[in-house]
Amino acid sequence: MISLSLSAILPYLLMGARWTLLLSAIAFLGGGTGAFLLLLLRYGQPRFGAKAVHLYVEVLQGTPLLLQLFLVFFGLPLLGVEVSPLLAAGVALTLYASAFLAEIWRGCVDAIPHGQWDASGALGLKFLLQMRYVILPQALRIAVPPTVGFLTQLVKATALASIVGFEELTKAGQIVTNATFQPFVIYGLVAAIYFTMCYPLTFCARILERKLSQSR
Amino acid sequence: MQTQSNPTPSENPPTMIELRRVSKWYGEFQALKEVSLTVRKGERVVICGPSGSGKSTVIRCINRLEQHQEGQILVEGVELTPGFKNIELIRREVGMVFQQFNLFPHLTVLQNLTLAPQRVRKLSRKKAEELAMEYLTRVRIAEQAHKYPSRLSGGQQQRVAIARALCMEPHVMLFDEPTSALDPEMIKEVLDVMIELAEDHMTMICVTHEMGFARTVADTVVFMDHGQVVEVAPPKTFFSNPKNERTKLFLSQVLVH
Repeated sequence: MISLSLSAILPYLLMGARWTLLLSAIAFLGGGTGAFLLLLLRYGQPRFGAKAVHLYVEVLQGTPLLLQLFLVFFGLPLLGVEVSPLLAAGVALTLYASAFLAEIWRGCVDAIPHGQWDASGALGLKFLLQMRYVILPQALRIAVPPTVGFLTQLVKATALASIVGFEELTKAGQIVTNATFQPFVIYGLVAAIYFTMCYPLTFCARILERKLSQSR
Repeated sequence: MQTQSNPTPSENPPTMIELRRVSKWYGEFQALKEVSLTVRKGERVVICGPSGSGKSTVIRCINRLEQHQEGQILVEGVELTPGFKNIELIRREVGMVFQQFNLFPHLTVLQNLTLAPQRVRKLSRKKAEELAMEYLTRVRIAEQAHKYPSRLSGGQQQRVAIARALCMEPHVMLFDEPTSALDPEMIKEVLDVMIELAEDHMTMICVTHEMGFARTVADTVVFMDHGQVVEVAPPKTFFSNPKNERTKLFLSQVLVH
């Protein structure tokens, strides 16, 4: 058993946390972009787009993220694509987040009264203009809480990337624990670091919510 | 004002909208049964009938908020075929006012009015705002321009909705029960605006239960029941000498007071 001081452990964990942040950022941006495209596909013409999106969402919601991670990590090499753990985790989390965010945002768009589509359509606005100026600004307001809720889950879900050998925060915690045999202290510390990453998200969301509801 | 317009529509004004044996189904339910209707330029048509008779469906088919399945609909000579592209080009010429107003709650009154002129007609912001203020003044609500719709009364909201449609400078206006969601004391302010529009020779198709409006403003009254056009007549004949039994029954029910 090696005895390490906190001042030695913490920097090591923070190095891992850096990767967690990077992975989260990739999943946010990739997932957000993907979900946005899925949303347009779902509501736009032609109609089979909606069916395809529905199927995609069903499949990704109905399978464990862990298995999606495995399938990308072991599946892409079969197609001749070399994948690093970061790339595999980034791709898997992007696919996963796209599906969930698309479904969350669909609920928000569906919550907008149908009269808003009628009125904007009757004025001659095309689909993308309706979305841009009428539907999405209203949907955004109700989308903030569930979206942020999901993003905090996503930050924590990056821990699964440790399973394909990616050395993010949880993996770093495991490594340190194996050396120090102080699981409670180390994992407590790891949890605290996750919390400090998630808290600003919910905090910003509250401010954003307040701002959006004032603009009425 | 109802007297100077010719009681029998002359052959001169061109046809604006024509429906030829239009049918529509919602699943098993047939909402429209071979509806035929011709509306000429400057004509003011009121469609009445019991609820569920297909009145709203007819006008929603004219700007394709609903699609018909059989028959033909022509708007200014252009047929709305099943795969019709660029429906926006038709819609910008056909204004519509809804029962529930459907103003955009996240935009101010002024922004509600300028959105489509800026984005669809590509007017500059300044031009669009001038136009908007002109129509807001016309519906006597200019002082509310910078408020959000939720701050206005129902009657004011509906007048804003009318102004919003007029900002596209449409050739035809469709009204889908514009006063049905209003408190009684606000109905008049909306009807007054509509009467002024009619006096300016706007082509109008209006689904309404306001029989007084039909009597004074309409050139033609259409009575619908069970998805069919039952009777078409000038208001004078329609109210004093209805031909069809169903029309008589309907009128006896709505004109009791």
